[in-house]
Amino acid sequence: MTVNTQTDTGRRVIDRSERIAIVLNYALLIFLSIIFLIPFYVILRNAFLPSKLITAFDWTWLPMPPSTNGWRDLLANTNANIVDGLRNSLVIAILQTVGQIAICSFAGYGLARIPFKYSNIVFYAILVTLMIPGAVTFVPLFVLVASFGWISTFQGLIIPGLFSGFNTFLFRNFFLNFPKELEEAGLMDGLDHFGVFFRLVLPNSMSVMMSLGVITFIGAWNSFLWPLVIGQRSETWTVQIVLSTFMTAQTVNLPAIFMGAAVSILPLVIVFLFMQRYIVEGVKMSGIKG
Amino acid sequence: MSVMASTPSAPVKPKSNTRLRNTLTFWAFVGPLALGLLVFVYIPIVWGFIISFFEARQTVTPSQFVGLTNYVDMLTDPNFVKALVTFLIFAVFIVPTTFFLSLALALLVNNTTKGTSFFRTVFFLPTACSYVVASMTWRMSIFNGLPFGFANIVLGWLGVAPIQWINKPDPPYFWIVLVTVRLWLQLGFYMILFLAGLQEIDRALYEAALVDGAKRGWQTFRHITFPLLRNTSVSILLLSLIAAFQAFDEFYNVLSTGVGSSSNITLARPPLVYIYQVAMADQNYGRGAAGAFILVAIIIAVTIVQGRLFGLGRAEA
Repeated sequence: MTVNTQTDTGRRVIDRSERIAIVLNYALLIFLSIIFLIPFYVILRNAFLPSKLITAFDWTWLPMPPSTNGWRDLLANTNANIVDGLRNSLVIAILQTVGQIAICSFAGYGLARIPFKYSNIVFYAILVTLMIPGAVTFVPLFVLVASFGWISTFQGLIIPGLFSGFNTFLFRNFFLNFPKELEEAGLMDGLDHFGVFFRLVLPNSMSVMMSLGVITFIGAWNSFLWPLVIGQRSETWTVQIVLSTFMTAQTVNLPAIFMGAAVSILPLVIVFLFMQRYIVEGVKMSGIKG
Repeated sequence: MSVMASTPSAPVKPKSNTRLRNTLTFWAFVGPLALGLLVFVYIPIVWGFIISFFEARQTVTPSQFVGLTNYVDMLTDPNFVKALVTFLIFAVFIVPTTFFLSLALALLVNNTTKGTSFFRTVFFLPTACSYVVASMTWRMSIFNGLPFGFANIVLGWLGVAPIQWINKPDPPYFWIVLVTVRLWLQLGFYMILFLAGLQEIDRALYEAALVDGAKRGWQTFRHITFPLLRNTSVSILLLSLIAAFQAFDEFYNVLSTGVGSSSNITLARPPLVYIYQVAMADQNYGRGAAGAFILVAIIIAVTIVQGRLFGLGRAEA
């Protein structure tokens, strides 16, 4: 009897403390969510608020009614054209993503499956490039690309970013785990390695392609240092460079620059909401680096 | 007919044929990448290494051999040394905060039964933002030094006078701006890695521990969760350290005013920003390349030391 009541009360105490823990857990999560969403809120608020109200000493919470002056001034800015910037970013990010995924998945498959005597040496030569962080060597790379006459050109912005040793490494690992029987059956049926790759392997690798592709796209869209170094003429500015020049301009039009920021993150937010599964997979794959 | 006739000598010939075909196929698959890495990684490094021993100003072709002068200039340049110190300060702030906060976020999200994907999305969403957009929001609005900046508005509610966040070296409030912008952008990424690590831990371990009388919470975290997250923890420390070493975007965009000497950029200039200024603004490519190789040497040394440290620890455990 006494034993029973003890365990009874004991369990009730645990239940209660656990319930408090759960409530605290959610309270903390909601508080942190608000903190994390504030910058997004600030961007949208500033984009739709008249300049006078942004710089007022009393905080206006909601832009009611929303002002479209930011949009008008953003398009009217002739020093740095946001539409050109968005178009350049889109072209560069898409070509870089498609090109990089094609080149790296190809190479990864070759390393994983095609018998070649010196395959290991080639693989180690690729792994060595992972030791050196790309951003640090931007000066030597700039020197080379400049000697090609590629400054302020799209090839200068795109081509150096097409070759990722790391993605190749990830693709190789993925293809090593691919069911070999399927490929052997394909070879028996008279397909060559290209046929096997395009008809059997590729259709079954869509999810890894999407995962690495979407990570590459985000990286290309958001990249700053290389476009800053290479895009010296305004025709080749990406949207990030355009936004950056807004900040250092002589006159700062706050609604316009925040409208620019909002427009620049819109494509990525959409990608995020619809492709989160792939992004999460891609992040997990990238996380094994180091 | 002829096929049958040639059967005795067949084993040798088709084999070397297959080998040749395989070699060609191999290069067809791997060639584009290998060529690209050769041209855009290996050659720049070799050329950059050569240039670092030459005088190369306003031109990318080396003009005069100067030996180690560029390296000596760089290492004795107080601004370069200061840039390395700036990185150290930044790393001391950013690496532990990134580690503990992303772990905390992962634990909080992992503890939920409802709304898990909502919270995960909210914390992960900033990864969609570029450093430029985040820097702009921090600099122009949230940490604007004028009274209308959001942080100053909040301080105003608490009765605190507005703070000039970015323009003043003392007190160095600009560090708060630089650290929080990176935290906001990066925490979601590392949280995902911790979540992946947490999900690999066998539930049965917790049940066994509870049966043995362990208390849910700190005890299970200390004796089960944290030790089993070891690999994830090591790789997150290394990833965030290397990322901090390459910091450029937020320093450039938060501090730079675009007008030379009056710029706030001298307040905190991490190595890449300094090398950018030497190589791009002064167009001294020889010194810029020398600086780059000093950084590469440091990064490789740090990676090896860290690998050794944690590698040895693993062997003992």
